[in-house]
Amino acid sequence: MKLVRELWSSLTESLVALGSIARFLFRLLAQSPRALMRCDLIAQQIYNSGALSLVIIMLSGLFVGMVLGLQGFELLQRFGSEEALGTAATIGLVKELGPVVTALLFAGRAGTALASELGLMRATDQISAMEMMAVDPIRRIVVPRFLGGVIAMPLLAAIFSVIGIYGAQLVGVQIMGVDAGSFWSQMRSSVGLSDINEGIVKSCIFGVACSLIAVYEGYYATPTAEGVGRATTRTVVTSAVVVLFLDYLITAAFL
Amino acid sequence: MNQSAAIIEIRNLGYAIGGRPVFDGLDMDIPRGRITAIMGPSGTGKTTLLRLITGQVAADSGSLIVAGQDMNAVRRADLYALRRRMGMLFQNGALLTDFSVFENVAFPLREHTDLPERLIRQLVLTKLQAVGLRGAAELMPAELSGGMSRRVALARAIVMDPEILIYDEPFVGLDPISLGVILRLIRRLNDALGITSIVVSHDVQEISTVADLVFLLSGGKVVAHGTPPELKSYPSEAVRQFVGGLADGPVPFHFPAPDYFTELLARDENS
Repeated sequence: MKLVRELWSSLTESLVALGSIARFLFRLLAQSPRALMRCDLIAQQIYNSGALSLVIIMLSGLFVGMVLGLQGFELLQRFGSEEALGTAATIGLVKELGPVVTALLFAGRAGTALASELGLMRATDQISAMEMMAVDPIRRIVVPRFLGGVIAMPLLAAIFSVIGIYGAQLVGVQIMGVDAGSFWSQMRSSVGLSDINEGIVKSCIFGVACSLIAVYEGYYATPTAEGVGRATTRTVVTSAVVVLFLDYLITAAFL
Repeated sequence: MNQSAAIIEIRNLGYAIGGRPVFDGLDMDIPRGRITAIMGPSGTGKTTLLRLITGQVAADSGSLIVAGQDMNAVRRADLYALRRRMGMLFQNGALLTDFSVFENVAFPLREHTDLPERLIRQLVLTKLQAVGLRGAAELMPAELSGGMSRRVALARAIVMDPEILIYDEPFVGLDPISLGVILRLIRRLNDALGITSIVVSHDVQEISTVADLVFLLSGGKVVAHGTPPELKSYPSEAVRQFVGGLADGPVPFHFPAPDYFTELLARDENS
């Protein structure tokens, strides 16, 4: 009986949290048209969330691509079809690893930065000060950060995939000796627009999810050192679970 | 008190946090154009009262009228319009850490006006000159001392020429020189700009030198009000304890606990 009560309480708490985050999303969307007029603020946030994440995204993309090249070559060689390495690596990167790994890295780098920045602004009364200056903090600081993340995420995922394909080519062609012509021509003939579309849709949805979770956790963080720390941790954990869950749903929808 | 001169009228105000009443039947008139101090022991709800006056939280009962605006029925747009007529100095300054001193002071002007850059610059430098920090315009908040941060925040609070200026614990953690500077600024800005100043503090000595009127809060009500000299001779034990800084009185030195000797003996028996 106690277990049922706890489960019920946990379920209702989750639903309340979901409702709260949905309301927050509507507030962000309602303020977005006005916030879009301040392009400078959004550009600054694209730089913070996107450009500052570039190195980690490119390095990770390169290594993931190299691993895919190695594993793919080893597997395809068993069937005598190592020329299909380009196709296999590209499909894997564009449809799955690019959007998913980028989203996880984005949550770890940009998401935590967003959450801790907003949490600290709350803890040091900067958000209250804005409200007292008759400046809506949602419009002035939250929406630009949210939109910056939403715009940066698909761009980062695209860069991740491109670098990853180069990494796979580096290992497959340069080291393992797969024919370069076969690698590129098979990739170009087998990878279609629908594959790329799936990757774009995924990265856009992950961008909304990760940015929303980060700004929500940061904006509503308990204004203490511990509260900001907890908000940062929750940003990473929730984003990771939500991204993997959404990945399954979107993949199923595209099949 | 002349009722028509009151810029803030509070009647029978009730407010509770988590079921614990903070105010229960609070009445207060804050006069226009003067420096009013709101004092009281820690935890008596001084900062909560500021949050009510500025519309950051809503009262549970009673009426609160600020500059003619009923705060119980205020719409969001009206609240923001009212806040443009207010300035607030937060305890820690609450400067925007990404912006320089100049940009912090310019922030309300950039958000609310379309003034040309040259005019913004002149206005900001005028306000920074008033608080003695024109030379620090290019510094970042992290490079400022506590006193300087509060002076910059003061410049930012007056940059839109407010009618009401609110100070939340402006003297906490300041060295004597910074404290003297802030005290002089409160008086000078109030007189020069003709604004209404509300200072929340528990520093009796400092407030006595600058306030025109003092309200002393305790137990969710105003227990005394008057000029600082009137308060010092107020016939109330609670006021005497607070103004005289006495350790014991209506606010007890000991936190409620079981009888001392009974507890000591009980521990002996347990061991």
